[in-house]
Amino acid sequence: MKVSYYPGCSLHGMAKEYDQSMKAVSQALSIELKEVDDWSCCGASAAHNTNFDLSVALPARNLIAAEKNAMDVMVPCAACFNRFKMAEHHLKADKDLKARIEGVLGAKYQGGITIRNPIDVIYNEIGIDALAAKVLKPLTGLKPVSYYGCLLLRPPEVCEFENYENPFMLDKMMGSIGADVKNWSYKTDCCGGSMSVSKTAIVVDMCDKLMGAAKEAGANCVVTACPMCLANLEMRPSANMKMPVFYFTELISLALGLSGSQETFKTHLTDVQPLLSQLRLI
Amino acid sequence: METFLEEVNKKIHGVPLQACYHCRKCTAGCPVASHMEYNPNKVIKMIQNGQKDKVLASSTIWLCLSCETCITRCPNQVDIARMMDVLRQMAIEEGVAAKEANILKFHEAFLSSIKFGGRVHEMMMTVHYKLKSKDFFSDVDIAPGMLLKGKLSFFPPRTKDMKSVKGIFEKTQSR
Repeated sequence: MKVSYYPGCSLHGMAKEYDQSMKAVSQALSIELKEVDDWSCCGASAAHNTNFDLSVALPARNLIAAEKNAMDVMVPCAACFNRFKMAEHHLKADKDLKARIEGVLGAKYQGGITIRNPIDVIYNEIGIDALAAKVLKPLTGLKPVSYYGCLLLRPPEVCEFENYENPFMLDKMMGSIGADVKNWSYKTDCCGGSMSVSKTAIVVDMCDKLMGAAKEAGANCVVTACPMCLANLEMRPSANMKMPVFYFTELISLALGLSGSQETFKTHLTDVQPLLSQLRLI
Repeated sequence: METFLEEVNKKIHGVPLQACYHCRKCTAGCPVASHMEYNPNKVIKMIQNGQKDKVLASSTIWLCLSCETCITRCPNQVDIARMMDVLRQMAIEEGVAAKEANILKFHEAFLSSIKFGGRVHEMMMTVHYKLKSKDFFSDVDIAPGMLLKGKLSFFPPRTKDMKSVKGIFEKTQSR
């Protein structure tokens, strides 16, 4: 299949591991990516916290650019995904707002393309059986908890993602590549998001709570699809609470034996390599 | 004259706040309620009481993380997360000082980065935030590791059509 690809700022910065592994996995699964032409930032938390029209217009600029490709747009970053879905929701529900935003952008919004996260694309379009069939190196010994966070799921009528209190797509996907996925009750709890820098003490508490729960569930790592969650879980927990955190695409890339799959493991702020070599996965 | 409640309801543009019957499910699920000056459901009550000055000057509106757990679980679909956005924007437009000033300064630094290059440049944004907040020493231990691992780039990324990006800021902020 072929999709438009919106990497967003994080995947070209702090979350380059996600961009690299996403591209490798897409190629291996025959998902052809066409980058959205001359994209700009989605506005993230900063826009909707301060100015509603700005928070719709910034993603709308990218949605209109993506519409030129006339394909579903795949948005790996959970935060960008949420802002895209939120903008779509408001533009479709409010004609006056749509006219106002089109005036700001000097272009028409059609609303004809579907905004998708790669968890959904891989689970529903490729399928976990097809994924399992491609595994060269099952992730034996890896015990992740899957961490979805807030922005893929909530609010459910906007995100239209999956079971919003107990999602399972990522769990099943990790199981299909040989990981021993641990169940836990914190799949959709918040990591502290955009307050990481401006209100650090609160975020430390929130991340400690998550890591404590992951350890209690018997996990030896966390897997996520959100650059903000990964950054917070790597940087903010207290020293004794830290544990390796992966983008789900990095683990698929490793299990599929893709070339370059080990490169992204070198740049994590919490070193993931000791765990992987101890399990003889690298 | 429009009451505070009417003003907020109009801006939320959805289920009116009067639909809240104060079951406190929003507060029970809120990950930062314990740090807030007023719980989320209390804010609704204060809006109904017309306590505009207190609400806009509170820490609550800035500490809300927009995790959207409240609206997801509200039995009456009262969009509290959207309400918090509305209150923050009102506070900014009416010149009420943000009780959690650094949270707003971080958002402003983030937006400046978009305005400059169309895409966020993490290093420039961080420097900008530190200058605004005068918080020079936090995370200085993390930055060298990030640089060594190539996580922070020196060169700002850039959207080519910056005219359209700048236009978005000019046109949405002039209203």
